[in-house]
Amino acid sequence: MTVVLEAEGLTKRFPGRQAAAVDGVDLRLEEGRVLALLGANGAGKTTTLRMLTTLTRPTGGSARVAGADIRTSGSAVRRRIGVVGQYAALDEVLSGRANLVLFGRLLGLAPAAARQRAAELLVQFDLVEAAGRPVGQYSGGMRRRIDLAVALINRPRVLFVDEPTTGLDPVARRSLWDAVRELVDKGTAVVLTTQYLEEADALADDVVFLRDGSVALAGSIDELRLLAGPPRIETRPPSLEDLYLTLYGPTTAEENR
Amino acid sequence: MTRAITQSIVLAGRTFGHWRAQPVPFLVNLLFPTLVLLMMGGLLGGAIAGDLPTYFWYAVPGVLAVAMLFGLEGTMLAITTDAKNAITDRLRSLPISGAAVPAGRCLADMAASLLALATTCTAGLLMGWRPGSWTGLVEAALVLLAFRFALLWLGLFAGLRATSPEVVVAVQILVWPISMLSSVFVDPATMPRWLGAVAEWNPLSAAANAVRELTGSPTFTSTTWAGQHAVMLSLVTSGVVTAVFAPLAVRAYRNLDA
Repeated sequence: MTVVLEAEGLTKRFPGRQAAAVDGVDLRLEEGRVLALLGANGAGKTTTLRMLTTLTRPTGGSARVAGADIRTSGSAVRRRIGVVGQYAALDEVLSGRANLVLFGRLLGLAPAAARQRAAELLVQFDLVEAAGRPVGQYSGGMRRRIDLAVALINRPRVLFVDEPTTGLDPVARRSLWDAVRELVDKGTAVVLTTQYLEEADALADDVVFLRDGSVALAGSIDELRLLAGPPRIETRPPSLEDLYLTLYGPTTAEENR
Repeated sequence: MTRAITQSIVLAGRTFGHWRAQPVPFLVNLLFPTLVLLMMGGLLGGAIAGDLPTYFWYAVPGVLAVAMLFGLEGTMLAITTDAKNAITDRLRSLPISGAAVPAGRCLADMAASLLALATTCTAGLLMGWRPGSWTGLVEAALVLLAFRFALLWLGLFAGLRATSPEVVVAVQILVWPISMLSSVFVDPATMPRWLGAVAEWNPLSAAANAVRELTGSPTFTSTTWAGQHAVMLSLVTSGVVTAVFAPLAVRAYRNLDA
């Protein structure tokens, strides 16, 4: 398998602060796999992501993303990646369709091609009905989906997603997971940060635990599960989430997704 | 290069899209200088100059200069709102030219100010103001747009350095004392001597006096060097502000990756 992301000793020190925000992080990701960065608040997840996406310049170490060096070939990296930030970074005033066309044009598509790509993505993310409304009026789940759609305009080889489902209800969360899985099946590599272990369990192939900016533990999800001990078989009473999903499952909560 | 130009135009088009999507704030901004003209002229003009027609001849060039100053808030608000909504980061994560974002802002804001200029001029003409010559009016417009261009870079720099859109509120308030402490609405000679001197050297006064001079509108009889060389002073001030703040704004934008 092709390696699409490789980081060695990635480090970020912010001026005036004693401890490094990210301190010598090594990462490796092959195409068609999902890497989850886990860790408490302030562990360095977002800073790592910002360095890999060329938004923040590392103070040490190196990384290649989609075949290009993040330090010396920033614009080549930016051409081949998609970024979904913690907050849906969209023009609130413009409609969903207008946002897709705008970012498509900025990615170098001709007007007609940008409109066509927008139409495809609106169908793919089930946003056709809401396409003409300002994004500012979208629900949380819809915002995440249009945000993800914008990140996919250029068919990125590596997709970076920062806490994709924070603040989403369980149905919207699962719908976003499905969207991510679909991309991965087509060969896209995904790097995601999350606070929810359940999310990592559901999506990740590889897991990196960060603590105080360093890698505390890393491995494939199967290796890490072995570390956690022998499988326990326990019967568990249905949780509130199970109940929630039967009540509002995808078939009945179309508008919430 | 052509790509960077296309990207700038696409980004400027984003602002034009805002005007279409939200015509009310756009129209309020466009007509606000006219409102100021009617307010100052209609309500206070009689008290200041004795009669309204005379006062409008003073006030129209002044309000045209103030209309450019109002643009500063627009630039800052756009920059700080984009930063808050993480649009700035998304634009930086795209493979676009680093110059495209400021250039797009420049195109959109200069277009907005040109429209404000045209609207306020029209209002002035309706109030009975008549520029001496059309070429003079065009020259005056160029001086004003140079002033606005300088304010654009100041706004870009301040907007990039501002921590939140709330900072813009401070600017929106400060615009008023700055406008009052100038020759825009009244003759600085009527102010206490030291305040009058400050008002004479306010760049806003230079812009207002330059428009008066170029359009053959009456000027407050100024005896100071600043009052007598308004056109040159205004152009030099705009040039210096641009020369200082354009590099600072570009550096502030580049330093976002620190």
